[in-house]
Amino acid sequence: MIFEGLAEKLQSTFDKLKGKGKLSSKDVKTALREVKLALLEADVNFKVVKNLINKIEERAVGQEVLDSLTPAQQVIKIVNEELTDLMGGTQSKINFGAKSPTVIMVVGLQGAGKTTTVGKLAKRFRKKGKDPLLVAADIYRPAAIKQLQVLGERIEQPVFSMGDKQNPVDIAKAAISNAKSNGNDIVIIDTAGRLHIDEDLMNELEDIKGAVTPHEILLVVDSMTGQDAVNVAENFDQKLGIDGVVLTKLDGDARGGAALSISSVTGRPIKFVGMGEKLDALEPFHPDRMASRILGMGDVLSLIEKAEEQIDAEKAKELEEKLRKEEFTLEDFLDQMNQVRNMGSLEEILNMIPGVGKQLKGLNMDEGQLDRIEAIISSMTIEERRNPEIINGSRRRRIANGSGTTVQDVNQLLKQFKQTKQMMKQMGDLQKGNMGGLKGKMKFPFF
Amino acid sequence: MLKKIFGFGKEEEVKEQEVNEEQEETTKEKPGLFKRLKDGLSKTREGFVSQIQNLFSLYSSIDDELYEDLEEILIQADVGVHTTMKLVDQLKTEVKERKIKEPEELIEIFQKQLCQLLSQDVEQVEESDQPTILMVVGVNGVGKTTTIGKIAQRAKNAEKDVLLAAGDTFRAAAIDQLTAWSNRVGTEVIAHQEGADSAAVAYDAVQAAKSRATDLLIVDTAGRLHTQANLMEELKKIKRVIVREAEGIKVEVLLVLDATTGQNAISQAKLFNQEVDVDGIALTKLDGTAKGGVVIAIMDELGIPIKLIGVGEDLEDLQDFEPETFINALFEQ
Ligand SMILES: Nc1nc2c(ncn2[C@@H]2O[C@H](COP(=O)(O)OP(=O)(O)OP(=O)(O)O)[C@@H](O)[C@H]2O)c(=O)[nH]1
Ligand SMILES: [Mg+2]
Repeated sequence: MIFEGLAEKLQSTFDKLKGKGKLSSKDVKTALREVKLALLEADVNFKVVKNLINKIEERAVGQEVLDSLTPAQQVIKIVNEELTDLMGGTQSKINFGAKSPTVIMVVGLQGAGKTTTVGKLAKRFRKKGKDPLLVAADIYRPAAIKQLQVLGERIEQPVFSMGDKQNPVDIAKAAISNAKSNGNDIVIIDTAGRLHIDEDLMNELEDIKGAVTPHEILLVVDSMTGQDAVNVAENFDQKLGIDGVVLTKLDGDARGGAALSISSVTGRPIKFVGMGEKLDALEPFHPDRMASRILGMGDVLSLIEKAEEQIDAEKAKELEEKLRKEEFTLEDFLDQMNQVRNMGSLEEILNMIPGVGKQLKGLNMDEGQLDRIEAIISSMTIEERRNPEIINGSRRRRIANGSGTTVQDVNQLLKQFKQTKQMMKQMGDLQKGNMGGLKGKMKFPFF
Repeated sequence: MLKKIFGFGKEEEVKEQEVNEEQEETTKEKPGLFKRLKDGLSKTREGFVSQIQNLFSLYSSIDDELYEDLEEILIQADVGVHTTMKLVDQLKTEVKERKIKEPEELIEIFQKQLCQLLSQDVEQVEESDQPTILMVVGVNGVGKTTTIGKIAQRAKNAEKDVLLAAGDTFRAAAIDQLTAWSNRVGTEVIAHQEGADSAAVAYDAVQAAKSRATDLLIVDTAGRLHTQANLMEELKKIKRVIVREAEGIKVEVLLVLDATTGQNAISQAKLFNQEVDVDGIALTKLDGTAKGGVVIAIMDELGIPIKLIGVGEDLEDLQDFEPETFINALFEQ
């Protein structure tokens, strides 16, 4: 996607301006244009974007941002904060009734993922020791009732159905009595998918609501939804007064800008996200992570924080020096690797880098390989670490024996090191030895 | 609407008159352009031109504001920033080169550009005089199974022998859903158990189609996200089996996209096309307020023709894609 590396883009926009000394508000505006485009590419509604950018601009042209050493990061931070704020800041939970049973009504467009979500919610409640009753109130879509029944069987929770010839309002009412007599403490009503402009069917929902006064009305929205998300959310909310949103199909590559549009027009929190077709693939919603995802920047903020914590500025400076003088050794290699490893597991780190996480998903990151590298380098003499050229065949065998690896492993490491050295030299040339000073000038991605 | 109110079956006939009245009432409340189209409200080529021209009659000259408004409309119709800017830039160039001064002229040029982009000669499966196997693919919940029911109905109306294959062996009750449609249309369906290998279903269905000399075999597949590598691999395998067993019978792949989807539809089209070579697109749920403008970007980038549009949940709610009507709807507010 086009705006994948938003953070990089902003950084380079600001970098270009470095020569000018201070940033002007116009510079910030230029950068915010990138943010705007990223939001639109992520399917955030046009009007929502407009308002949001105005709000961000007000904060971002403030003196402390312009004067700071890291205006790009400051702007990203503000954008992130505003987005997170808009999406509800902290995580919200389901409303439970004072009296049993708690009634939850699940509504949404056709194909949004309501029935699956009902199954997932029920499974979640069951795990917490509750005993939910699932209610098949979709009498329209062929085999919708059967679908819910199959899910109910899978999670071993009862499903209430009166076939497809009864009115959904009557079904809902009967389901509540049924739950009461059977001691179910939660009732989850699966309603038929419908268009937000279909008056008849929207009235039907209103009638169900009137008949059973749900404690929680959840709107299920497909995370791939485009500009129309605002219309959908607005209509459902006006008609019913929704309490929360479930965002589905987030396991794909959708940026999920709909989340922002919906929060913005309804002010209702997103409570859960669906991350797969399996019935346990329902997770609580994290507004901050969603904000980064919408902007297409991975979890860059946490990455910056971790890097700042772990990477020793002094050492970075030394490294920079070595790179320039082409004195980078296997010792430094090991050192660097350990610094990076201190930041978390390899998979964790890669997942935080924009664009990388998704591509590597499913690929098994081999932590064991890093252990092997460490073992191999540790088995070398200081001379060998500083001067890998001297490592001949017999030394290789010795190192392999000492580290419990094979000669092939040793060969591979030496080759890798050579390549890394070359790459670093190129990078070093490119950045004119700016590897250091990480605090003031973070490169995205920086390794 | 029929089924909404009375469910299916015998009752239908008895209540037909009432239903028609109901339906007329509902129609008034539905602003969706395509729905109205379907219900027979007047929409002609003239209507198409005037709609957009009305919108721009406010402008006395061509200025930045006009271009910005145009961009805004396109982005709000899910055309996407990238394609919108590209289209508007092209328009600007042409306006400059041809020294266009009148907003009305500009709009005409723009319509033509869009129309050209979206127009392609397509042959609908029921029009074909050779037997066809149609494999229907797409992400979860876009309307694959429903669209299959509707296509089957169209083919039935064109007096073709139709056979359905219940290739979604994964989702709960997916087989029952397709079977329900086959009953409505009056076609047979080849199905295995839930959890069975869908390539095996496809294999059996192709054999059956061959031995019965069926005109059209439509293979349903389970909804899958285009990013799920293993499931896309499975889809490839299904197609491989179909093509191999088809022994020369024409095989087509129809990708179903939901008009409510935003820019992610581009990614869907790209990856499905990469894995199973998509021949055409069906754009569903245009009876809502979503415009489905993302297909313009898909057309522009991938050149896959849009063949059909879905405008409702009933059997007859499937139409040929017409660029002019579609473009007009983009500008409807
Ligand atoms: N309003 C409207 N609804 C539609 C249209 N096409 C399909 N639907 C509805 O969308 C929902 C999902 O349709 P399905 O046909 O089950 O979709 P699918 O792609 O087969 O779904 P999976 O097999 O679960 O991936 C159903 O409720 C359909 O009635 C359309 O053109 N307009
Ligand atoms: Mg289906």
